[in-house]
Amino acid sequence: MQQKYNAILLNEKDNVAVALRTIKAGETLSIQGVNEKIKVMETIGYGHKICLSYISENAKIIKYGECMGMSTEKILPGYHVHVFNVRGLKSSERSSAAHIKS
Amino acid sequence: MKTFKGYRRANGNIGVRNHVIVINTAGELSSFTKKIAQLVPGVIPVIQQGGESQYEEDLKQTVRTLIGTAGHPNVSAALLLGIGENSIANEVKEYLQEQNHHVEALHFNKSTSIATLLKEGKDWLEKAVKKSKAEKRVTADVSELIVGLNCGGSDAWSGITANPAIGSFSDAIVNDGGTSVLAETTEAIGAEHILANQAINAEVGQEFLKIVNDYEARIRETGEDIRSANPSPGNMTGGLTTLEEKSLGCIKKGGSSPLREVIGYAESPTEKGFIFMDTPGYDVESVSGLTAGGAQIVLFSTGKGSPTGSPIAPVIKIGTNPQVYKMMQEHIDVDAGKIIEGLNTIDEIGEEIYQKLIETADGSITASEKHKNQEFAIWRLAETI
Repeated sequence: MQQKYNAILLNEKDNVAVALRTIKAGETLSIQGVNEKIKVMETIGYGHKICLSYISENAKIIKYGECMGMSTEKILPGYHVHVFNVRGLKSSERSSAAHIKS
Repeated sequence: MKTFKGYRRANGNIGVRNHVIVINTAGELSSFTKKIAQLVPGVIPVIQQGGESQYEEDLKQTVRTLIGTAGHPNVSAALLLGIGENSIANEVKEYLQEQNHHVEALHFNKSTSIATLLKEGKDWLEKAVKKSKAEKRVTADVSELIVGLNCGGSDAWSGITANPAIGSFSDAIVNDGGTSVLAETTEAIGAEHILANQAINAEVGQEFLKIVNDYEARIRETGEDIRSANPSPGNMTGGLTTLEEKSLGCIKKGGSSPLREVIGYAESPTEKGFIFMDTPGYDVESVSGLTAGGAQIVLFSTGKGSPTGSPIAPVIKIGTNPQVYKMMQEHIDVDAGKIIEGLNTIDEIGEEIYQKLIETADGSITASEKHKNQEFAIWRLAETI
């Protein structure tokens, strides 16, 4: 299958992209709407997430423009973002994230 | 201004189909419903198992769903079948006749022979079909459309292709003054704080959190825990890392418009815009609730190719990946897998969905209608007595 892009950005606020096919270490990310050339540092399976910009430890992972979890270590651009470096939100974090507009 | 041509009903609502249906108000009449519908070409049997031996909360839900289904704007006429002393058929008939719906009730009991019932049913249905054929489509604005949003047989691509594309469509129709109704409360568990934050005000946000908490409590009573069981090992292999991420992939079908109202199963929205309906994740029960609540069309994303359709509303199937579209083309209307191939953006597929929706509202037949996929089931809350 000939593909124009190897990854997709779901929201412009996101700090991760999703691989549209398995991307090998050494390849460059090609994402519609993103001009920055990011080198992929490790093989990323399709459907998995890739770090687009430096994420410090205990920082928000943003996908769909929303916080989907917190980093458990610093993550550098081009690296795999998954269960080994991300955790879900604690209930206290969820309730503060659930700030409702009044 | 986007318009379509639909059928204007006596109560002012607009339908996109002109069905004549037979619907049973007791599970015992399932086969009889099919038999009577088969007597007149074009009549659709709507078969369900509720109505008998139910707790009060289930009886209410069954009656509400039957009223919403038999009185649906896509239905020109409905024949209700009741049994013995069962009064549901009459209750539904009287309620709908007051609103000038074309309905009748027939009762299966020992004082009437089966041959007589079949003849009475056939005669009424023949007249109803003849009357329906004389009804003509008239122009209506898309702001009169209520579109149900559902998924079934999801895969790792659902949250990346089809669901965000449905979200893009949802924002567009809400912007045009129309209504989209997101369903499946179980799928929102884990991202409920995000959808609550999207609510128009604190009250609506709290109502949404309440239906999620109530649902989760009922699941916990059975000994299951959705939060610790998700994302499943299969989800993780597919690339999903957290429960928040998995649920976000589902609720993004609703786009980013403000959540205006939270409604119960099979209830009709009282507001226009983006709405949430409390339904289970089981697609057949969820779609039946959406249509009973007045959705004239349902959008349905699928990665594995769930064939679920509806006897009442056209279901537009949106495939999440190129493989499912290639293998099951006869079941799928829109190929969101083109996003993976880089042929289209999410917003472009959203526009394609909108185009398909208008064509469908105008009368173009969807894949599930072509194959007569007419699944129907009412969400049951309690034990059977």
